[in-house]
Amino acid sequence: MGRSFDVTSLPGVTFVAGLAFLALYAPIVTLVAYSFNDANAISVWGGFSFRWYEAAWANREVQSATARSLVIASAASVIATSVATMAALGTTRRAAFRGQTFIYVAINQPLMVPEIVTAVALLIVFASVKVATGYAGLGYLILAHSAFCIPFAYLPIRARLEGMDLSLETAAADLYANPWQTFRHVTLPLLAPGIVAGAMLAFVISLDDVVITEFVKSAGQDTLPTYMLGQMRRAITPEVNAISTALLGLTVALLTVFFLLTRKRG
Amino acid sequence: MARRDSARSGWLLSAPALAILFLAASGPLLVVLIYSFLVKGQYGGVIWEFSSDAWFEVFFTRDIFSDEVSLADAHLAIFWRSVKLSLMTTAITFAVGFPTAWFIATRPPNRRALWLFLITIPFWTNLLIRTFAINEVIRNEGILNTLLIRAGLIGRPIQILYTDTAVLIGMTYVYLPLMVLPLFAAIDRFDMRLLEAAYDLYASRWQVLRRIILPLVRPGIVAGSILVFVPSLGAYVTPRVLGGGKNMMIGNFIELQFGQGRNWPLGAALSMLLLAIVMVALLIYVRAASRESGHG
Repeated sequence: MGRSFDVTSLPGVTFVAGLAFLALYAPIVTLVAYSFNDANAISVWGGFSFRWYEAAWANREVQSATARSLVIASAASVIATSVATMAALGTTRRAAFRGQTFIYVAINQPLMVPEIVTAVALLIVFASVKVATGYAGLGYLILAHSAFCIPFAYLPIRARLEGMDLSLETAAADLYANPWQTFRHVTLPLLAPGIVAGAMLAFVISLDDVVITEFVKSAGQDTLPTYMLGQMRRAITPEVNAISTALLGLTVALLTVFFLLTRKRG
Repeated sequence: MARRDSARSGWLLSAPALAILFLAASGPLLVVLIYSFLVKGQYGGVIWEFSSDAWFEVFFTRDIFSDEVSLADAHLAIFWRSVKLSLMTTAITFAVGFPTAWFIATRPPNRRALWLFLITIPFWTNLLIRTFAINEVIRNEGILNTLLIRAGLIGRPIQILYTDTAVLIGMTYVYLPLMVLPLFAAIDRFDMRLLEAAYDLYASRWQVLRRIILPLVRPGIVAGSILVFVPSLGAYVTPRVLGGGKNMMIGNFIELQFGQGRNWPLGAALSMLLLAIVMVALLIYVRAASRESGHG
């Protein structure tokens, strides 16, 4: 039975939505397509090839920037996820306490402050610390990334915890499990999908950061995004397309896993 | 669990996260505030003496010869451009985002998740990559100009890159998902039977949109607008890549003070001002959101 008049339809909606999806994807698809371009310039199509991937792969700067990005993202996501898990356990499923709102606001603070302001603040503070201590290693970047990754790790873990009821833990305690055993054998396995989801979001967020990294890094500490930003000031070769496409593929893969993990069942 | 135990273990468990955030997020902001009241060092950095010069300099300039005080036109122009471009970005993303969100929300439930996923992919894609993708589209030798020339519509490439238009296109592109997602959440909660009732009572399409849909999805409109306006105002990467050196926004102007400008106190004052504007916007949002929930 067909309806002659669909009340939910508004004139032009499908048209504008179609244009929006086209506008969202056309530039990305173009970028990906030209990463396989055999020509030297971006605007001319010279046939299909992997040469820019090979060029990027062989580029020393790209190699070290990739390694640095992965080290920072791994360290920051492990740190952020660990402390965020503890904070989520401390702020959910318990009697409301004084300062709970403060903790909540403090954890979400990196989401509210413009990145450029945080970047400048870290530049100022770390510049003094670098002079005072003489240490100029990756520690600063890992600390900065850990901080802004905390809310991204915290939110999915907290959401998962709020959906878990306390009965299983109470049962474990009734059976004489001590608090650590209860946590290790009951809470942690139930919480695991939330922790993995939080860690993956943190990893993606760290991997993508440009602004804070650009201000905090010492000389010769380029990550993949800051290396790309530097390249954009010069004549752009499709090598940047190749790196972008690789990074894009990694992000999409991680996000797909994230959605499968956090998908509501039933 | 006793209330006091709950509070103590709550704080203890949260302490490591709070410590990291204090070291590398909130603590440094206090330092910026202090720096905005210091004297600038000759080669960058600061001299530890109290001064309100930086704050004065944000709004006014003093003529070096006549000592005459006038409004700092250059700074105000950058602020005005940032606010104007951010408001325009918000308006355009709403005009495009509302139909898009409506479209997604009215799909059959089994296909809705896929459309939503298609919006989230660009949202999570590196901002730099998306900006770079737009750069390739609007460059003089880019896809847009090439297509227009091939079609015979224009004889020479239109210079879009390195203009305010380029920054506007770029920001609209990168922040569109931030408008669509909260709008979708609001429309998804909207009871479509209200539309049936309205049409049964001979409401026109325009009346339905204005009197029923827009008021009921208002929380989503407010949330989407704030989510787009706030990062637009603090944008750094997009204006830097698409706007070139001349079309600065506040973010780039702040960076300049820590680079060639060598005026850290002014940069610090500008940062605090930007933060203050963002906080006001967020407060408006929180108040609007709590008023909505108070009604429901």
